[in-house]
Amino acid sequence: MPSPGYRREMPQRYRLEAAKCKKCGKVSFPPRLVCSGCGSREFDKTKLSDNGKIVTYTTIRVAPAQFTTQVPYSIAIVEVDNGVRITTQVVDCKPEDLEIGKKVKLVFRKLYSEGHTGIICYGYKAILI
Amino acid sequence: MREVAVIGCGMTKFGELWKKSLRDIFVEAALKAIDDAGVDHIESMYVGSMTPGLFVGQEHIGALMADYLGVAPIPAVRVESACCSGGMALRLGFFEIASGYSDLVLVGGVEKMTDGADVTYALASAADQDYEVYHGITFPGLYAMIAKAHMHHYGTTRKQLAAVSVKNHYNGSFNPNAQFPKEVTIDQVINATLVADPLTVLDSSPVSDGAACAILVSMDLAKKLNKPVIKILGSGAATDALALHTREDITTLKAVKDSAESAYKMAGIKPSDVSFAEVHDCFSIAEICIIEELGFVKKGQGGPFTEKGNTSLEGKIPVNPSGGLKSKGHPVGATGIAQVVEVVEQLKGNAGKRQVKNAKIGLAQNMGGSGASSVTHIFQI
Repeated sequence: MPSPGYRREMPQRYRLEAAKCKKCGKVSFPPRLVCSGCGSREFDKTKLSDNGKIVTYTTIRVAPAQFTTQVPYSIAIVEVDNGVRITTQVVDCKPEDLEIGKKVKLVFRKLYSEGHTGIICYGYKAILI
Repeated sequence: MREVAVIGCGMTKFGELWKKSLRDIFVEAALKAIDDAGVDHIESMYVGSMTPGLFVGQEHIGALMADYLGVAPIPAVRVESACCSGGMALRLGFFEIASGYSDLVLVGGVEKMTDGADVTYALASAADQDYEVYHGITFPGLYAMIAKAHMHHYGTTRKQLAAVSVKNHYNGSFNPNAQFPKEVTIDQVINATLVADPLTVLDSSPVSDGAACAILVSMDLAKKLNKPVIKILGSGAATDALALHTREDITTLKAVKDSAESAYKMAGIKPSDVSFAEVHDCFSIAEICIIEELGFVKKGQGGPFTEKGNTSLEGKIPVNPSGGLKSKGHPVGATGIAQVVEVVEQLKGNAGKRQVKNAKIGLAQNMGGSGASSVTHIFQI
């Protein structure tokens, strides 16, 4: 299934753009129009930290069509230093190298190429540090 | 609000129904429910279905099913909340009668998953497409991450996860409608093919076709019809963040807890009053988390509680006497109503070898995605 263009073009995928609530200070990634902490609609732009640690993880053995050539691959929920959590692949390592609490750094990578036209979808992945 | 009762139920066998169409599966279950209730008409219909569009390319199934059931022009609408579409259809039918607007409503669920679509992709559409699926997550992957966190924080073991599948397959071995009515062992579960570590294919509910329906009526009408009456004591629903990573605690299914608390409150009962429960064991870890959220056991203790047999047919609180999603099958939109079919059979004492003793109050809990939506109903004979 082709993804809509906006999904590939989100600035937060490439520059880790996040929104910091002017009222309560909670950082939202992706940016939201309404703060999930206090309901405020006023934000400042900020950048997500690219350092974090593994909260939980797994190795995907059965993948949807666009990822089948990559199995097995590791994926984790990572908490970055400003407290935000994201789901991301952890690459350049073996599945057995992952552990809860291990430190990672976010890097810019190709995620997959899409459909018959082969549009390349980019985004962030994590590597162990 | 008026009191609402279930007076008839029906379901198809769950499994690979390759020779039957989506509409025929639904109509088969609907006719069984109508015949069981002994009614000659229905006033409206809610059809739970997660994604017939992705599975078989068919949307707009409220009208389609009304047409093929021969009940047009009554109002009929599809209800969607991922894997708890069926439970949410029940809730809408419940409120339509409770409000006094209708007296006789059919609520159902249907899904046809086994023939055609990329099932992993279609199911993943219930997760956050932009921030989870885009990065390669799958549903087994989400529950695997919950399992890893639960094992890390509470010491839940691989064997305790397997105990859920073993228990549910044992129960399902007595269910003629189950897709896999056969027993499995702890070793078989642990050594089966890995889907997303640590979950194997035998920790996971299967891909299924099937439908289930129930007939709801006002209590006044139920009394006139002179049928065994199962009263709906409570209905609760809740939502949580769609993306698992956004939630405060990875091991807490807050929507399940919230939906159960609403249902308990409406019913005026506490968890210890429940005789048995049908819960959403889409993966073994899900049942462990759910029994914690429903208040049957303390947070973090779901693993040992299950391993000691407390949730077996003879246990303290039997869970998934039907075999659950694991053994019975999980045609996602149908699951929430199939749970009602089991609760009603149990409360009537018609469940044969899987009958729970002294079944007075039954609970059905159905959830969507990795727990972003949940609906809980409580029934009493």
